[in-house]
Amino acid sequence: MADDGPPKRSASEKAAFKRELTEVVPHLRAFARGLCGRPDMADDLVQEALLKAWAAQDRFEPGTSMRAWTFVILRNAYLTDMRRNRFRGEYDEGVAERILTAPAGQEEPIHLSDMHRALLTLPPERREALLLVGAGGFSYEEAAQICGCAVGTIKSRVGRARAALNSMLAEGNIPQRSIEDDTAHRAILEELDDVAAGKGVAAKG
Amino acid sequence: MTSSKKSSERIPGNETDSPDMQPPDWANGLKQLYDSVVEEPLPDAFKDLLDKLDDTGASSGSARADHGDNAP
Repeated sequence: MADDGPPKRSASEKAAFKRELTEVVPHLRAFARGLCGRPDMADDLVQEALLKAWAAQDRFEPGTSMRAWTFVILRNAYLTDMRRNRFRGEYDEGVAERILTAPAGQEEPIHLSDMHRALLTLPPERREALLLVGAGGFSYEEAAQICGCAVGTIKSRVGRARAALNSMLAEGNIPQRSIEDDTAHRAILEELDDVAAGKGVAAKG
Repeated sequence: MTSSKKSSERIPGNETDSPDMQPPDWANGLKQLYDSVVEEPLPDAFKDLLDKLDDTGASSGSARADHGDNAP
């Protein structure tokens, strides 16, 4: 990856790196929470990603998006841990009963917990695509770079994720615990392998 | 003279690729879910970790560079 070895960073560049890294921590936590559900595990993941980012700081190109760069690291750490079976998409009831805006003409309001649970039932690659675009505010192009796939792939994943959430939330038809079910979990892991295989590395700008 | 009505016309439920197309009810919730975490006060563990970073790794150059195998 390094051409002639990464250039050494000056003290001020290092300070700038650290400042930017510090600034994106809340975003990393939000992304991780969306990916893996349990706040404690999500935070562990962020800590892991921060250490990796720090160790790899020579590979960060100043002036590019720190958020996008660290999301790639976080995502890769997540995929690795998923394959080691550390996360099972467990849902934390602690976030539970916050009510989101009640849709007009609908009796039942959508709860943040419903949203989160529905999100966690999505296949991981669709979940992350939707998180990046729909929550993180990345463009399709940026999301494609983070996930190391084509823009069209991201669009289609986001579209499918939205359609799935739509039907789950509109119909109140959210699977309760499907991700703890072994079959579903295995299916998710298989998809993860696909996601990770050859696609785990971010496309270079 | 034809009006410029066309551009502002919206067909409900029309599927499009555009990022502007947000499903109405929950799309904002997704953002709220994310923002609610962004706005949480940072746990001390992170402050401690960030404080400690300066003492580790990269300060001595490439010593730990090969550690970042998950880095892009």
